[in-house]
Parts: sequence; structure tokens; C-alpha cells
Amino acid sequence: MAEPVKKARTEGKGGLHTDIQKLNMGPSHPATHGTVKFTVELDGETIQAMDVAVGYLHRGFEKECESGTYYQAIPYTDRLNYNSAILANLGYCMAVEKLLEIEIPDRGEWARVLAGELSRVGDHLTRLGAACLELAAMTPFLYGIEARELIWDLQEMLCGARVTSNYVRIGGLQRNIPDGFEDRCEESLKRVDELLVDFDKIVTANRIFVDRFRGTGVLSREDCVAYSVTGPLLRAAGIPYDLRKAEPYSKYDEIDFDIPVGTTGDNYDRFLVVQEELMQSIRIIRQCLPVLRKTKGQPVDIQDPHIRWPGKNRVYGRMEELIQQFKGVTEGIKVPAGEAYVAVESANGELGFYIVSDGSGKPYKVRCRPPSFVNTQPLSRMLVGGLLADIIPTFDMVNMIGGECDR
Amino acid sequence: MTFGEIVHLVINEQNLFIFFSTVAILSALGVVLNLSNTVYAALSLVVSMLALAGLFVMLNAEFVGVLQVMIYAGAIVVLFLFVVMLLNLRGGEMAADRQPFLKLVGAGIVIAATVKLTSLLGAARSNPSGIQKDWMPVGPEFGSVRDIGLVLYTDYLLLFQVSGILLLAGIVAAVILAKQKVD
Amino acid sequence: MEFDLSKIPITLFIFSLIVGLFSPIMTWVERKQSALMQDRIGANRAEILGIRAIGLLHPVADVIKMITKEDTFPLGGSKFLHNIAPMIAAIPALISFAVIPYGGHYQAWGADWTLVVADLDYGVLYLLAIGSIAAYGSIIAGWAANNNWGLLGSIRVSAQMISYEVCMGISVVGLFMVFGTLKMTDMGIAQQETFRVLGFVEHLGWAQAGTAWVDFVKLPMWGIFLQPLGFFMFMTALIAENKRPPFDVPEGESELVAGYFIEYSGMKFGLFFMAEWIEVVVIAGLMTAMFLGGWSVPYIPDATLVEFFRGGVGVNMANVFAMIIHVLIFFTKVISMIFFLQLIRWSLPRFRYDQVMDLGWKILLPLSIANVAVTGLIMLLVKEVTG
Repeated sequence: MAEPVKKARTEGKGGLHTDIQKLNMGPSHPATHGTVKFTVELDGETIQAMDVAVGYLHRGFEKECESGTYYQAIPYTDRLNYNSAILANLGYCMAVEKLLEIEIPDRGEWARVLAGELSRVGDHLTRLGAACLELAAMTPFLYGIEARELIWDLQEMLCGARVTSNYVRIGGLQRNIPDGFEDRCEESLKRVDELLVDFDKIVTANRIFVDRFRGTGVLSREDCVAYSVTGPLLRAAGIPYDLRKAEPYSKYDEIDFDIPVGTTGDNYDRFLVVQEELMQSIRIIRQCLPVLRKTKGQPVDIQDPHIRWPGKNRVYGRMEELIQQFKGVTEGIKVPAGEAYVAVESANGELGFYIVSDGSGKPYKVRCRPPSFVNTQPLSRMLVGGLLADIIPTFDMVNMIGGECDR
Repeated sequence: MTFGEIVHLVINEQNLFIFFSTVAILSALGVVLNLSNTVYAALSLVVSMLALAGLFVMLNAEFVGVLQVMIYAGAIVVLFLFVVMLLNLRGGEMAADRQPFLKLVGAGIVIAATVKLTSLLGAARSNPSGIQKDWMPVGPEFGSVRDIGLVLYTDYLLLFQVSGILLLAGIVAAVILAKQKVD
Repeated sequence: MEFDLSKIPITLFIFSLIVGLFSPIMTWVERKQSALMQDRIGANRAEILGIRAIGLLHPVADVIKMITKEDTFPLGGSKFLHNIAPMIAAIPALISFAVIPYGGHYQAWGADWTLVVADLDYGVLYLLAIGSIAAYGSIIAGWAANNNWGLLGSIRVSAQMISYEVCMGISVVGLFMVFGTLKMTDMGIAQQETFRVLGFVEHLGWAQAGTAWVDFVKLPMWGIFLQPLGFFMFMTALIAENKRPPFDVPEGESELVAGYFIEYSGMKFGLFFMAEWIEVVVIAGLMTAMFLGGWSVPYIPDATLVEFFRGGVGVNMANVFAMIIHVLIFFTKVISMIFFLQLIRWSLPRFRYDQVMDLGWKILLPLSIANVAVTGLIMLLVKEVTG
């Protein structure tokens, strides 16, 4: 496995004899968080060829979904991208809702936007922090992590879980926004802002940092389109494509926010785009809070016991609710036959769910379009000709999440 | 007998000389005889250099000793090692047994040098003052940085500059060679 | 050269013991300072009988862990080289503090005291030579492991060490010229004097000779004031030689896993770390002795200090007091310098390999040569003017 394969190669001029060193990076390697293997052919430290092997974290997510009810698949979606679990919940539930042809109450939509953006902030903070950490700058990483902790505290307040939140439900949310959440959220965001200023000061204008990021891992605009890359990678190359603007879902058409774009498509642009997106997400959260304050007391769930069955407090005391709960849990939601594709803008790009229903309580087929998988494909194109050390910032900016890529 | 005297019995000038010269000779042999592994040969060379530096220090030529360590052991042999590691030479095409002519030349040089050195040493033993005739006479305390600096920049200025230009030419040649490969 | 050979073993023993203690203390400093910078509490869990001593027991736990860990050896490597490489890495670090003076000359209790282990005539050159030997430990370690990452690491080490030795040597030539010596104790003595910063004003005729405000602005003749560029270049080169972030390219854990010491475990691995941390103290000591005035109190020469105490306690005790104050001052400066080095280590990201080379050859080397030329020119001008 780790046997160095040496290929003899003779240079034309001067007849100097050189070897190409073949290196296996991964599947267990500090740079390949998320279990992926790079087979790199090095001439000195320059990458001559690179082969990316994914699939080490394949868990059969899509097949697994078919064996349970629609409801039971939601926790699996948490495990796709563990950094932004709520966004994956959201994509899946919206696809089922499209099949059911239902709409959830306004407060529910606003709460979903808020939860999704919190999740995105957490993901972006992790991505930026991890990029610093891998360049041996541990201090900015911990600034980012402190901010993420605050965000995760908010998520915990929303749904009781910090990482795998399992928050969104078909036809609503797991529970309503708790009292006092808005105030706590504003306080936390204030601190997050401070931390981001610190982070920005210590990293973004740092000469060493800029030198490591600028001009490395470039993927041109044409290549991005050809590889169907989405998310910050695409926007860094200068294409302002964001599903929240392109095909607004939920309440995004009522929210005021900008899509940051880069120019060159190198790692530095990606870093700046992600950083700006983070700011925009916080802006969106700040727009959600007044609406949630105004709609206090309203339900977030659809009022249909076949889809969103009644809570435990009523189930234990009343016959009809007990039956509804029992039927719902054992047989699942009856989704009309048909197929639907819904995509949301996850932190990495277009996260799509394609669901085929045969009218029973279980999905006939669930297919996930993972942005990580698509974005990982052009990795060797970005890196060939670069140096060994360029793998680190590039891979960090691509932000391949094993769970999402390998499913 | 005090502790200091016991120590002095073991660590004195004569014993140090014997130690350093033995190490120098053995490691020099190691350089030549280590045909199978060039990295070991290069490391033997380092040890040899260090032992030589010890001998220089004992002769009051501390500056030369330090330079010996800094330049030969610290820089030049590191470069050797660098190249050996990069090329991963294990015998291979550079080994002397593939080039009998070089072997002969090397043997000739070694024999000539040995003969010359032996004769010089013999002359020095019979006539201790005679050996210094060819070179500048210096006192036994000569060897500090200041002394060498003064001599180098006054009496031997021309030679110093010429060797500097020689080195510059070497650098330029190396850059041109490397450039040719890159372009 | 007359060494008092009989004193050497015992001095060396005590001295290595003290220097050896630097590294466990440095692990604590590193942990606590990084925690301070990153809004964390830092290591505080190791305890003996309920005593935690603000984490100071962690170094003890570390040492026990290192020594009792299994010593692994990679298949197909060179066992002999694998074993001696950590020693070669650690020994230069241990012996390099020997030439750094931590105090001046004193007469007390009927003896002469010079607070330096070896007061060598060529002290700085000795350090440069030792520094160049230190590269071997890392190079051999990477090569002996029969590991691709190790090999890449040792190639990076050798290239980096050679490059920065050149800048390191040339960047202090300006300092040698100013002080006119390579001896570290002489440098310390030279830095006790002061110079008038605005002296040039008089020579340009903008003010009368002996004007009060011109005389008032005085700085101690520290290396950092005489050679500010040299200070920063020398420090950069030293950090690069030390292979700590931002120059830790040879071990770069994200791309090379651990670089040259990838196949080491237990105390052999510990020796590399020990060497690294002792080198930090050596760097701080060296910068203090050469650029920050050494043991001296700013504006107060040694003789004045002894004179100050002599009235009260007599010559003998006055010397002792001065000695204590000087040693304390020296180590205060060293600790501040370590603090500064740690600040750098914990704030900057790592360079890329080619960027390290560029910085060394394309920026530091030309700058340091220019520094030598400019220093020479200024010294000639000053000589011309003051006569």
C-alpha cells in the first residue's frame, strides 16, 4: 500500500535522470479529513498527476432511506454534512413536501430560514477555521470555533442537539421557537461579530496567509461550469449563482441579502467569498428575528394530523390522537405517487434530493445530489502543476465532507 | 590526588590528540570503504571534519577550526547529503568500479600526496625550523579571528579577491547549468 | 589556548542539567501562553495528591509518558542512524548556551567570576558552527526512517537550514563591525555605553555643540538600536533554523504528517522536541546578549552599579548584589524575548516550502548584504565626522 513506486524518466536536456515519487496521501492523513485518498505523483514537490479516490465513508444512505418511512430518513440526512445538518434536513423535507403538495405556516418558513442560516454560519466558520488550522495557525481557528460554539448553543436551544440536529420535519419543525430565543440570538451574534473582526484581522491581510492562498487551486469559470461545480467555488470564479436567489425557496424572496462573487477562482477568492457569505447569513438571521418576534404564539407546523401528528401531551389522553400517532409512526406518511426534485443552497453548493414515491409510506427511491461529490471531481485539475503544500488550502476550500460525498 | 588531577590524567593534550587523530583517520577510511551506502560515507566525512576541527583548535587555530565545522561539516557535506538523498544513489552509475580510469587517477593522487607528506614530515623532524620557510612565519599564538583577518586583508588581499572571483564564477556557472535544465 | 580542563566536566554537568530543565518549562510556557492567546484555560489537569500547581505538573507527566512509551522502529530503516539522529539533534541545542554570557565580571569572595561557561574569543562563530551541525539530526532522522514523508521532510530540512545559515551569518556581520568583536562578553560590555541619537544635528550645524536637548536624548548602545534591520533579519533566520512555525515546513503536519520525525516515538521523539524548546531559549538568550544589551541595566554601566552599592555593604557584597541584579535582568530580558517568540509562533500560519526559500534567498540575503554595506558606510561617515 505505502510502497513507493518509482518510475524512471529521463529528461531531454542535459540528460539528467530524475525519478517521480508516488505518494499515497490518505485515506488516513491529516490533510484528508473525511477519509479520501490522493495518489500524488511528485516531481520534487511539484504535482505531476493526482488521482482522487472517494468512497471510504460510503454508508448506503440512499438505500437505507428506502427501508424506513419518510419520517425515519430525516436523521440520516443529519449525517450527510455534519457541519450543517439542518440544511440537509430542510432539503429532504422540502422534497417530500413538494410531493405532498403542502405549504407550511409563515412562522414555520421563517424559523426554517433562521435555522438554516445558523447552520450555514456554523459550517462556514468551521471551513474558515479549519483552513487556518491546517496552515498551522491555531489561534484564528479557535476564534472561529468559539463563534461556532455560540451558534451551536443557539441550535441546541432550538432543537436540543448541537451537531446532528434532526430539526426539520415534514410539514413543519420538531418544535416551536422557544421563548427568549430572539434575545439570546442577538446577544450571541454580537459576540460572533467581534470574533469575526478578530479573525479577519489576524488572517485575511496576513501576508503569509495571502501568499499561500492567492493563485493556488485555480479553477476557471468555464471549468466550473463544465464540472457543474456549485456553491462558493463557483461564485469565487465569478458566477453569481446561488439557489437562494436563482430559484428562491422558503422566504428568501422576501429577504434582503447579497451574493458575493470573486474574480479569479483561486483559493483566496474562495476564502473571501465564504467570509462574506458568512456576513450575509448573519444579516439574514437578523432579518428573521423581528418576524419571529411578531408571529410569537403562532404554530410552525401544518395542521394536518396525517402529516404532522399530534404531540405526546394529547396522544396520552385522547383516543383519536392516539390512533393518528400510531398510524403515523408505524405506517408512515402516505405520499402520493410521483417524483420530485428539490434543491437547496447548502453551505457547499446545490444540495438536491430526488424522491420517487409509489404511494406507500416508504420512499421508493431517494437520490441525493451531494455538492461535495461534484466539487471534489475537479480537484486534480486544480492541483496538477501546483506544489504538494497547495493541496492543503485547496482541499480546505473545496470542503469535501466525507459523509456527504460518499453517502 | 584531587578530582581535577584525576580528570587531567584522562583529558590532557596528548590524549586529546590521540583521540582526535584516531577518529579522523578511522572516519576517513570509512568514507572510502563505504561503497555500498553513500549516506554512511557522507556521514563519515562529517565525523572526519569534526575531528580535524578538534585538531585545529588544539593547535590554537580556533578560527580555522570553527570555519571547518561551519563550512565543511555544516554546509558542504549537508549539500552532499541533500544530493545523495535526492538521487537515491546506491552504488549505481557514479561508483568508481564502473570507471577504472578514475580509479587509477585517484590512486595516483593518493600515492603522490602520501609520499610528499611523508617527506615533509621527515624534513620537519630533522630540521624543525626549516619547514616554515615556504610559508609566512607566525608566532605560536597566531590563530585568532583578528590575526587572520589582518593578514587576509593586507598581505594576501590579492589572493583573497581572486578566490572570491573564482567562487563567483562557480556560482554563475551553477546558475546557468540549473537554468538550462529548467527552461 | 589555556582551558582549565579539570573544571570542564563538573561545569558541563551542572550546566546541562540547568539547560535540560528549560525544555519541560518551555512546554508549560507554550501551553499556557497559547491558552492565553486563544481564550482558553490551558493545561491544568495533572495533579499529585490534589495539587495542580497551575499546570506545572504537566511537564512531569509528559516526561513519564515519553520515557515509558514503546520505542518503535520502522521496517527497512537504518537502525543505527535512527537511534543516533535524536541525539545529534539534541546535543547542539544543549551545548550552544555555553557561550552566552548571563552576567559580567565580578570580584567577590576573593575570586574572579565571569558569568559564562566558555568565554570564547570567537563566541558567535561557535554558535553559527553548532547551529550548522544541528541540521544533521533532522536530516538523518528523515532519511533513516525509510518513509516517503520522512524523506520529503529531510530534504526540506536540509534546504531550509543551508539557506538560512547564510542569511544568519551575514545579517550579524553588521553587528560585528559596530562592536568590533566576536566575543560575546565584549559585546555585552560594549552595549553598556550610550550614544546620542541626535548627535548628527550638531555636526550638520543645526545646533550648537553641547546643546542640552541634543545631549538629553540618549539611547543605550544596544544592538537593536544600532542594527535594527540586523535584529529582525537575525531573528527571522534563527526562527527558521529552529524550524518552528511559521517556518515549520519540514514537519508541516498537514501535508507531511510529521515530516522528518514521523517514525519516532517515546523519548527519541521527545529529544527532538527537547531540542526545539531548548533552542527557543538559546535564541532568546542570543538575541538578548547580542541585541538587547545582555545583562546590563540600561543607562547604568556595571561599574556605576557596583559603586552605588559599595557605600552601604562593602566591595564584596556590592559585587554580589550587582551579580544578582544582572542575572535577574538578563533572564527578564530572555523571558520577554521568549514571550515575543511565542507570540509569533502562535499568530502566524505556515509558509509554503518555496516561499521559505524565496524569503531566504531573494529578500533576506540581499537585505543582509546591503545592511553590511550601509553599516560600513555609516561607520566611515561617523569616523570622518567625529575623528
